[in-house]
Amino acid sequence: MIEQLSWAAVYPEIVLLVMACVIALFDLTVTDARRNRTFVLTLLTLLVVAVLTGLNAVDGKTIYGFGNMVVSDPMGNWLKCFSAVALMVSLIYGRPYAADRDMLLGGEMFTLSLFAILGMFVMISGSNFLLLYLGLELLTLSSYALVALRRDNAIASEAAMKYFVLGAMASGFLLYGMSMMYGATGSLDVNEVFKAIDSRRVNHQVLVFGLVFIVAGLAFKLGAAPFHMWVPDVYQGAPTAITLLIGAAPELAAFAICIRILVEGLLPLAIDWQQMLALLAIGSLLIGNLAAIAQTNLKRMLAYSTISQMGFVLLGLVAGVVNGNTYNAQFAYGASMFYIVTYVLTTLASFGIILLLAREGFESEDIVDLAGLNQRSPLFAGVMAIAMFSLAGLPPLVGFYAKLAVLQSLIASGQTLYIALAVFAVIMSLIGAFYYLRIVKVMYFDAPLTVTTVSAPGEVRAVLTLNGALILILGIVPGGLMTLCAQAIVATLAG
Amino acid sequence: MGLLSLAIWVPIGFGAVLLLFGKEEQARAVRWIALAGSIVSLLVTLPLYSRFQNGTSAMQFVEKSDWIARFSVSYHVGVDGLSFWFVLLTAFITVVVVISAWEAITERVNQYMGAFLILSGLMIGVFCALDGILFYVFFEATLIPMYLIIGIWGGPNKIYAAFKFFIYTLLGSLLMLVALIYLYNKSGGSFDILTWHKLPLAASVQTMLFFAFFAAFAVKVPMWPVHTWLPDVHVEAPTGGSAVLAAIMLKLGAYGFLRFSMPIAPDASREWAWFIIALSLTAVIYVGLVAMVQKDMKKLVAYSSVAHMGFVTLGFFIFNDLGVAGGIVQMIAHGFVSGAMFLCIGVLYDRVHSRQIADYGGVVNTMPKFAAFALLFAMANCGLPATAGFVGEWMVILGAVKVNFWMGAAAATALIFGAAYTLWMYKRVYLGAIGNKHVAELQDINAREFLMLSLLAIAVLWMGVYPKPFTDVMNTSVTDLLVHVATTKVPK
Repeated sequence: MIEQLSWAAVYPEIVLLVMACVIALFDLTVTDARRNRTFVLTLLTLLVVAVLTGLNAVDGKTIYGFGNMVVSDPMGNWLKCFSAVALMVSLIYGRPYAADRDMLLGGEMFTLSLFAILGMFVMISGSNFLLLYLGLELLTLSSYALVALRRDNAIASEAAMKYFVLGAMASGFLLYGMSMMYGATGSLDVNEVFKAIDSRRVNHQVLVFGLVFIVAGLAFKLGAAPFHMWVPDVYQGAPTAITLLIGAAPELAAFAICIRILVEGLLPLAIDWQQMLALLAIGSLLIGNLAAIAQTNLKRMLAYSTISQMGFVLLGLVAGVVNGNTYNAQFAYGASMFYIVTYVLTTLASFGIILLLAREGFESEDIVDLAGLNQRSPLFAGVMAIAMFSLAGLPPLVGFYAKLAVLQSLIASGQTLYIALAVFAVIMSLIGAFYYLRIVKVMYFDAPLTVTTVSAPGEVRAVLTLNGALILILGIVPGGLMTLCAQAIVATLAG
Repeated sequence: MGLLSLAIWVPIGFGAVLLLFGKEEQARAVRWIALAGSIVSLLVTLPLYSRFQNGTSAMQFVEKSDWIARFSVSYHVGVDGLSFWFVLLTAFITVVVVISAWEAITERVNQYMGAFLILSGLMIGVFCALDGILFYVFFEATLIPMYLIIGIWGGPNKIYAAFKFFIYTLLGSLLMLVALIYLYNKSGGSFDILTWHKLPLAASVQTMLFFAFFAAFAVKVPMWPVHTWLPDVHVEAPTGGSAVLAAIMLKLGAYGFLRFSMPIAPDASREWAWFIIALSLTAVIYVGLVAMVQKDMKKLVAYSSVAHMGFVTLGFFIFNDLGVAGGIVQMIAHGFVSGAMFLCIGVLYDRVHSRQIADYGGVVNTMPKFAAFALLFAMANCGLPATAGFVGEWMVILGAVKVNFWMGAAAATALIFGAAYTLWMYKRVYLGAIGNKHVAELQDINAREFLMLSLLAIAVLWMGVYPKPFTDVMNTSVTDLLVHVATTKVPK
């Protein structure tokens, strides 16, 4: 017997599923090379979903449905809303690029994207280990196919293969860890697992054993070192439009699944997983920042930059529980959420520029391809510079406040170890500043290699300008988004 | 909008307009708009002078509104006697810099002017900010326009200089950020600087905070031995960049000592005063000697800046009225004088395209008017009485003698070295017979350059002859600061 309430928890997902199927069928009738109608219909679907989830989020209610299989809470709804918007933006940026490379001969890019975001939604709202796993698989299977979309391209095929093999292994890790949890607690329901562990009647050793596998699986999905190997290869190998699709919105879902599993399910084991995450964070900051310096390929550099940024996200998750006290949790997890949201915003802008500069038969993926961009187009050079300064964590851009919030949550714990971690993170971000600055240097100080002006379709130009402006505006008035993230996490922790 | 907000946002607004709407082809219009913007920005700061009340150390023209609720960060600005003059100084120097770039900058004029106007507003923001995060945001944001100014319009080795400038200063300020967050948690969730002034802190904590702030401010001042970025950057930066860097940006660091280190960690400041004094005296004497052997004019003035800023930090950490007030006066005077020195080098560089002293000789023969200005500024740089350079140095030396005669004597040697390297440079560049055919072909300064140098000359003479308006403003604030620093904050 399914109650009325259950539908209220999942109707954005249902809209997505129905529309994904409709669009797949409808696309058979589309004949034009740029898939205009499929594109518009996909954007409309995403817009509707974004509005629906946004309204739910503003409403602020927490609803469980289908026998506690899914939950619709403010954190989930905001993340869904943001990922729908991020996907819209990714598709807008990516379409001209894809059209130039024979990737729009069929409408798969759009339908697969819709299935991917359906997977993200399930990851975000699942409240059951099995369902979370299903969401993750739906997302990753769609992603593998997206990466392989240019099947006549050797590099892309290689990237897809690597992604698939390593991704399948990570999924196996995660599933194995989940089965351990099930064996120990006798339940797959996130809240039941929480209660079982909290009662302290469960064998701790089995739990920690399972936890190691779960954390390893999650670290792979987030791209945290030492499980980061696939990130640079896939970022570089995938067609840039697809890199953006798998590098932006899915990060939000990866964050959500970490919160669902680690915080909502396994918070009583926080002492154990916080240590693991701290090590992952240190490794990511170290490897991400140092390796990024040596890169000449822009996409590869941004991949390592992603790894280092994930280090910061993990640092936020590290400081939640101090001496068994969860007072700091809402601030710490709120800081992480703010970080990941602003990171996605910045990633969209930086990949948007790379996509814009790529032309038919020219990939524009080396750092030198940006040379003298300021002379060719001051506007787009400005957007890229804003994105780079924001990733480097410089005020008055939004990336600064993200780092500030995470550092604050570490220092607020009052633990010497965490303060030392904060100092370490600060020094690493100084090293990080170097390679972000190098991008600005290439754009502003070097002479251009070509004199061709940068042309962009109207909608790309408008969205990209807005995207850059938003990074600056959110840097000048970051309060709203910060409060939103904090309140969303508070509601989730309470629910 | 209050007066301080106008002072901060008017130049930023003009700068943003130039960046967004300025076109490469309309360089002429861009220059005039930039000039108008800088003059309007200066005009809006003038009412501050007439309405400023002496005789109180309280913050004036205070504006406070919520900014980031989550961290109780507020947009909180205000000035007291310590910071007041820097607002006017910054606005004034910006006008001069805009005039100086009129003919020298021909590429991407709108970006150049826009960067300087935005930089001006950000630096005024640093001097006005009364909230830790607001301060940090302004302090760090100044790096972005300066980085671009050096990198785009700089000399042959500009990229090295731009990176060195950025990374060096960022390292210091990131440690300060950790200190700010620590204070936020310690004070029960407040980023208000004035609250921090009253916060009791254990001695060991004060020491840590003191050195975290030291890392940020010592690099910015710059103090010996972390001064090495300054000569490299000055040599490569365009004239306007050098002028703003020397005239204002270095003061951000020295100002930080007054606003953060001394009042927040008074016990540590007293305990570690010997350390700062030792570094300052080293800067004054050793760097003074280093300046003497320079072959590049800009490098020489850069080292001279380090030596002069050594006077400032020396004055602050001898903890008496004369020392601290002298330090602040020296900061303002150095703003005028070093700015003028760099602009003079710029005048020569625009014509000959060399900064090497050896490439000149006998400039006075072809550019008499210019040589007269240069002489005035050179004299001010060595601290000749009746010029701005004299007042501050004299006060600091007197203050130092009060504490310890030998310290005063050591500081006073700077006057000798200063005279030696400045006048020797003057002799080699300006005096004697005409050195080569480039010098023989020199044209004397035009009306624009005359205007620019006269503005600075008036300021230098005014401050030298009648420093009372400057000292009157700061006296009460300085006295109260010293009382505050003398009181221990260590909880019993």
